[in-house]
Amino acid sequence: MSLNHILNDWSKYRRGREEGGFHDYEHMWGMVIDLDKCTGCNACAVACYAENNLAVVGKERIGKGQGMHWLRLERYWDEPDLGEERVSDYQHHGASYVPMMCQQCNAATCEPVCPVAATYHTPDGLNAQVYNRCIGSRYCSNNCPYRLRYFNFYSYYEESWPSPLNLQLNPDLSVRDKGVMEKCTFCVQRIRTGKDAARREDRQVQDGDIQTACAQTCPTRAITFGDLLNLHDPASGNADSKAARLWRKHQVELGKTKQNKQTADLRGYRILEALNTDPCVMFLERVRDV
Amino acid sequence: MPTRDINEDIKWAQINKDVLRSMEKPRMGYWVAVVVSITLLMFAVGAEIYQYNVGMGPANLNWPHMWDLYIATFIFWIGMSHSGTLLSAILHIIQADWRKPIYRFAEAMTTFTLMTAGLFPIIHIGRLWNMYWVLPYFSDRGIWPNFRSPLVWDAFAISTYLTSSALFLFIGMIPDLSICRDNARGWRKKLYTVLSLGWRGDDRQWRNFRKTYMLMACFLIPLAVSVHSIVSSDFAMSIMPGWHVTTFPPYFVAGALYSGCAAIITLFILLRYFFRFEQYMTMPILDKTIKLTFAIAMVWTYLNIIEFSSIWYGHDMVAKELLLSKFNGPYAPYFWAMIFLGSVLPFALAFEKVRHHIPTMFVISLLLNVGMWLERWMIVTPTLSLSYHPFAFDVMWPSWVQWFIVLGSFGWFGLLFLVFVKIVPSVSMYEVKEMIFHRRHLANKDIAEVMHRRESDRSPDSAGRGLEGA
Repeated sequence: MSLNHILNDWSKYRRGREEGGFHDYEHMWGMVIDLDKCTGCNACAVACYAENNLAVVGKERIGKGQGMHWLRLERYWDEPDLGEERVSDYQHHGASYVPMMCQQCNAATCEPVCPVAATYHTPDGLNAQVYNRCIGSRYCSNNCPYRLRYFNFYSYYEESWPSPLNLQLNPDLSVRDKGVMEKCTFCVQRIRTGKDAARREDRQVQDGDIQTACAQTCPTRAITFGDLLNLHDPASGNADSKAARLWRKHQVELGKTKQNKQTADLRGYRILEALNTDPCVMFLERVRDV
Repeated sequence: MPTRDINEDIKWAQINKDVLRSMEKPRMGYWVAVVVSITLLMFAVGAEIYQYNVGMGPANLNWPHMWDLYIATFIFWIGMSHSGTLLSAILHIIQADWRKPIYRFAEAMTTFTLMTAGLFPIIHIGRLWNMYWVLPYFSDRGIWPNFRSPLVWDAFAISTYLTSSALFLFIGMIPDLSICRDNARGWRKKLYTVLSLGWRGDDRQWRNFRKTYMLMACFLIPLAVSVHSIVSSDFAMSIMPGWHVTTFPPYFVAGALYSGCAAIITLFILLRYFFRFEQYMTMPILDKTIKLTFAIAMVWTYLNIIEFSSIWYGHDMVAKELLLSKFNGPYAPYFWAMIFLGSVLPFALAFEKVRHHIPTMFVISLLLNVGMWLERWMIVTPTLSLSYHPFAFDVMWPSWVQWFIVLGSFGWFGLLFLVFVKIVPSVSMYEVKEMIFHRRHLANKDIAEVMHRRESDRSPDSAGRGLEGA
């Protein structure tokens, strides 16, 4: 990049950096998670374990907080109802569940701090993690406000998949060794396969070509995965994905730290978007009859 | 109690004799310290071999506690290095000549604490065999480090500081090494011959030497300040509550000078005892160092108050919650210990009886450094235990692997330092001679008049007579 180029296009260049370094996204993979549909069954987490070769670390290490669950199901209890009668120790709606996977932030805080640029933004709008490049400084995890990055504290290969269990490993992606950071990739191997298939058939990637393991598995279809890019460019000729339609319906937009919605009953929100991380996962609030 | 910084009647040959003797027959305590250092180091080596083979798991690091004692101790050692530069460079430029008998070991402390600190990022990363990827080397694949990352800035800052302070230490030693060369036998003679770079002590050499030394001093001062500011940006550049603090660079530099000054007091007392340096490392010099420590302690306290109050009166609710959890959360005992050791204990230094009682001062200087170590721990860990996402709140206690490596780092530093003071004069002979020379002449009014008057100065005894000549 020449000096002239920078001087002439500085504002454009700056803006590109803020959005993660790319102006011309090919795709912008995103998600919608409807918490009203989520039953907390953990099938998504199991599917993620199977798809992404996640290490099973055992009860003791999970207790120490060394688990490797890229997709975790967070369980929250509201204030327990401890009235006169002590009818119930818990609120009568039961627990609330939030499935949390990497939010694929467009202004990801983990990216600028990595000393070796092992985590960077792809033209797909993904926050990629290059395992081979990672040296394990763990700064990215410290700077992730959602704490969605997991570190290989041990070498798990032999313990986690004793023979013949190693035969069940997914050949489309690697098994990570000790000292490497990893996180949800939105099943990047499936995205790659889907894009390759579309290119072979000489067509655009269609909505529904690519499914993440969690979205595919969810029995209540609470997770919708798709390309959000058409949100910015409705004239591209491509039909909007279901995810993009949901984002538009709930009036949640990328690149904002505060959404201005016309009506209060629109349920969409993004977690911690006030920090300007610009996450690509929209949650739909749970509906309560209180 | 003597009031003079140094005995001005001491003979120059006596200085050579005393200092050179220190390199041959130290007290028994020296050997005890060497054995203790090696033992501590062995613990760390064992723990590190285990960690290298198994992974970072046995250190009890977990999600979300990805950093812990390693990074805290890294900042601690980097911080300690700053006082050597303060004493040798800043006090050199402002011509505070009481630094002369003690700056050599302080500067050595700078170099060796940096060598200790530099180990911690290597120990702490998950794949330490790939550590060199942080450096910008030319590779066929055209891959560069991420220049936006504060960790890369760290790598540059620390290696620059280490190189410069080692050079500064070495340049300042050259005249002394030639004295050693002239008095040594055997392998020492060969070593000093090489190290003294053909120093004969003629005018041209002294002139070049002064210039180089002054130049290095001027170069080191901004470097020292920038190094710890850059280390603080590891935290200040992040978005985490409790780390994203604008005052961190000056706060870190103040904390650095503080722990460094306390360490200088510790080493002062040890060397004075080991090598019988009572003539050179005198009580008035110790007294001045302690006063300097006290002043820096107050700066540090002030910056602490600024940090707390700016969070308290700010709008960042998460940072406020974190601050409250430091006050009364799981880490509260360590937090209050840090406040007590760092801000309350220094007031004991106001009492002359304390300042002049060497065993008490030894204990206090160690306690001040414990406080400063706790400070670094209280910067790193509470933020990890309580940040934005409630699901990731966690309290973790470091395992024996971390503690062994932290303790072993003291052994590593101690060993380097003790070997250094045994083979290199830890009191600067030529500068002590300079100091005595100047003081002797200042005491004599007639000579002082000639030596120290500039055109614009009033004569020393004209104070009573007014400005008749002006």
